[in-house]
Amino acid sequence: MNAANDIAPQLSETVKAAAGRGTRLVIAGSGSKRFYTGELEGEKLDVTGHRGIVSYEPTELVITARAGTPLADIEAVLAEKGQMLAFEPPYFGETATLGGTIACGFSGPRRPYAGAARDHVLGVRIINGNGEILHFGGEVMKNVAGYDVSRLMVGARGTLGVLLEISLKVLPKPAKEITLCHAMPADKAVTVMNAWGAQPLPLSAACHAGDTLYVRLSGTELGVQAARAKLGGKLLDTSDEFWRDIREHRHRFFQGGAPLWRLSVPPATAAMNLPGQWLIDWGGAQRWLKSDAPAADIRRAAETAGGHATLFRSAGHNGASFHPLPATVVTLQQNLKRAFDPDNRLNVA
Amino acid sequence: MSTPKPAFSHDAKREALATRLREFMPRSSVLTTEEDLRPYECDGLSAYRRLPWIVALPETTDQVGRLLRLCSEQNIPVVARGAGTGLSGGALPLEDGVLLSLAKFNRILEVDPANRTATVQPGVRNLAISEAAAPYGLYYAPDPSSQLACSIGGNVAENAGGVHCLKYGLTVHNVTGIKFMTMDGELVTLGGKALDIPGYDLLALMTGSEGMLGVMVEFTVKLLPKPERAQVVLAVFDEIEMAGDAVAAIIAGGFVPAGLEMMDNLAIRAAEAYAKAGYPVGAAAILLCELDGTAEEVSEGIAQIRTLLLKQGASEVRAAKDEADRLRMWAGRKAAFPAVGRLSPDYYCMDGTIPRKHLARVLKRISELSKEYGLAVANVFHAGDGNLHPLILYNANKPGELEKTEELGGKILEFCVAVGGTVTGEHGVGVEKINQMCIQFTKGELEQFHALKAAFDPKGLLNPGKAVPTLSRCAEFGRMHVHGGKLIYPDLERF
Repeated sequence: MNAANDIAPQLSETVKAAAGRGTRLVIAGSGSKRFYTGELEGEKLDVTGHRGIVSYEPTELVITARAGTPLADIEAVLAEKGQMLAFEPPYFGETATLGGTIACGFSGPRRPYAGAARDHVLGVRIINGNGEILHFGGEVMKNVAGYDVSRLMVGARGTLGVLLEISLKVLPKPAKEITLCHAMPADKAVTVMNAWGAQPLPLSAACHAGDTLYVRLSGTELGVQAARAKLGGKLLDTSDEFWRDIREHRHRFFQGGAPLWRLSVPPATAAMNLPGQWLIDWGGAQRWLKSDAPAADIRRAAETAGGHATLFRSAGHNGASFHPLPATVVTLQQNLKRAFDPDNRLNVA
Repeated sequence: MSTPKPAFSHDAKREALATRLREFMPRSSVLTTEEDLRPYECDGLSAYRRLPWIVALPETTDQVGRLLRLCSEQNIPVVARGAGTGLSGGALPLEDGVLLSLAKFNRILEVDPANRTATVQPGVRNLAISEAAAPYGLYYAPDPSSQLACSIGGNVAENAGGVHCLKYGLTVHNVTGIKFMTMDGELVTLGGKALDIPGYDLLALMTGSEGMLGVMVEFTVKLLPKPERAQVVLAVFDEIEMAGDAVAAIIAGGFVPAGLEMMDNLAIRAAEAYAKAGYPVGAAAILLCELDGTAEEVSEGIAQIRTLLLKQGASEVRAAKDEADRLRMWAGRKAAFPAVGRLSPDYYCMDGTIPRKHLARVLKRISELSKEYGLAVANVFHAGDGNLHPLILYNANKPGELEKTEELGGKILEFCVAVGGTVTGEHGVGVEKINQMCIQFTKGELEQFHALKAAFDPKGLLNPGKAVPTLSRCAEFGRMHVHGGKLIYPDLERF
């Protein structure tokens, strides 16, 4: 299928040649996430030509596609068969590719209830820093042969290898989806989201924005209606648009120029004492903060809560700023980078 | 290095090490006599046995750290062991290394109902976590069939599965924090109660790493709300292909069953004789399909699934009448391994995963191989996620029969790889499937695994000889496996 769009051999040759010349490479997809990955130094390795769905079997719940395939194409093909990527990937741009999505490891509002991008990755084909094409994992749900290199690639931002092909577990789209709104302050919303999260309810998203708790229910018609009767609240007419806007940072909260922080914390963490405005997603586990507070204060607060903080976006500057890692982890990460890319060629920061 | 190699004998060297270990561990926690060592000679794969050189049972992370530092300095290999229920020989001891049992790390440190997590030590039994969470209406989802006995440390090391993986995932999907020690005795903390960690996903990498990268000493796992209701249906098929097609139809129908299990005739007969679960002993195959969720969802779904199964040609579809009936239906499946064990002096459990669409083909091939080798094979199948457990019946006391069994098992796994599957879905590679790794992975991929291992354990002291074969081992093994007239590793020297 789509053999003309398979440029793996050329990409592999380019990586080998770069290694020979001592050139650094910057893996480039559509560029939709440059705000996050930053401007790296090196020759551009354009992977958008490596595209197309390699196989999709709805009854196996698995799709395999080349990294340059537009995410929108994949979601459209899945939707035709009533299926979806359950981690609800953010695009951050219409041209977003599958490779960039997996390399950044972004997940959307369904994440706490359906799993993250890495939870759905079953296998990858990559080019390592030596230009070798390697395949890890596969197209089956359960596979413990060898180290889990497939999931290691998720969120590694191309530093450990060029993603060529990714196999993902897919799931059926729920028959019915609704969103309920409850006016309440943030603190109460965190308690309520976690109390509901501990009950057998068909939750698929929970966020607090402004002064409202938004809860999405997904499942069968009967299951959703029964849960609605239990939870009460006002039905949101624009459920799909609302969650899309949260996912894509198009909700009005995300407007304005203040630095945008992402705090990943234990979901039941009480309100955090930091100046700025909050949007609480993932049932409390992912908190967006617009704040000019010093980075050290924000990071300390996140650590105290048992989590970490990323400066996700800041005006006039590309490239997220990540939470510092303990020395032991830094050493392991550097060793891993050398194991996959011994000459330090790929996406060097 | 300037340190001279001690000129001790093997036993004297052992006594010297034991003395050093006893400087920071109680005498009774360092075992060296044959009588004390014997219980540790194998794990759940008892076909492989080796008397350990020395067994250490530390109780604190400080002791683990000191032990690892000492072994690292003296270049002594270390094999970590949990409850010893593993089925791939991952905890097979070494005759010149320390077997590090984590059995004394048996405390549940915290159940946090608000964040829905449990923080536990590696020796805690899988089921004990769910028991501790039960008062809050929560449970730990991965449920390997050994869950009464197996420990969470082993579950994480092997990335254990169970019968509910399609809906609730494997161990890797349910662990948010790991503390482990490197071979140098450094403590590394990854994550906690948050849903993700900064940097590379070392949580995923540690999970299923078979004790090759570090010694894990603490975990934070996710707890889920207990579903309001679970209901199971049993469908009877006269042909195994029909059962396979029915599985595809259930998935195509948009269902994600909590459990979806298939058994073939030999497995049905064995389970029925053992567990009296009411299974139809004349059926070619049965399917057990469980839905869980809210009461409304389950009732609606079960009615639809019943119709669908009958349309797919099931000769009978039964729903459990009540909870006792549901547990009885499952009892047969859960007892399938010991039940098959009663048919024969020994059985050997395989663990391939295949794309489900190839089920009929794979079962046909297994049946041919079974005849060819003269060894009966019962098949138990996690149909929802394609994980097949062929159980080969054999008699270890018959000379040569174990070797024949291993060869048959190897051929089954190679066929699983040939149809696009894998040699192990949930039991791990260990020592058992190490040769088949040469079939599944290329030289470059194996080299990448070795480089990854060296990033954590440059001296190769953690669980050496397991999980990933050396290239020379593959070259030797490859001599026997010629694919399309070509050797798998044509560029390697043969010997």
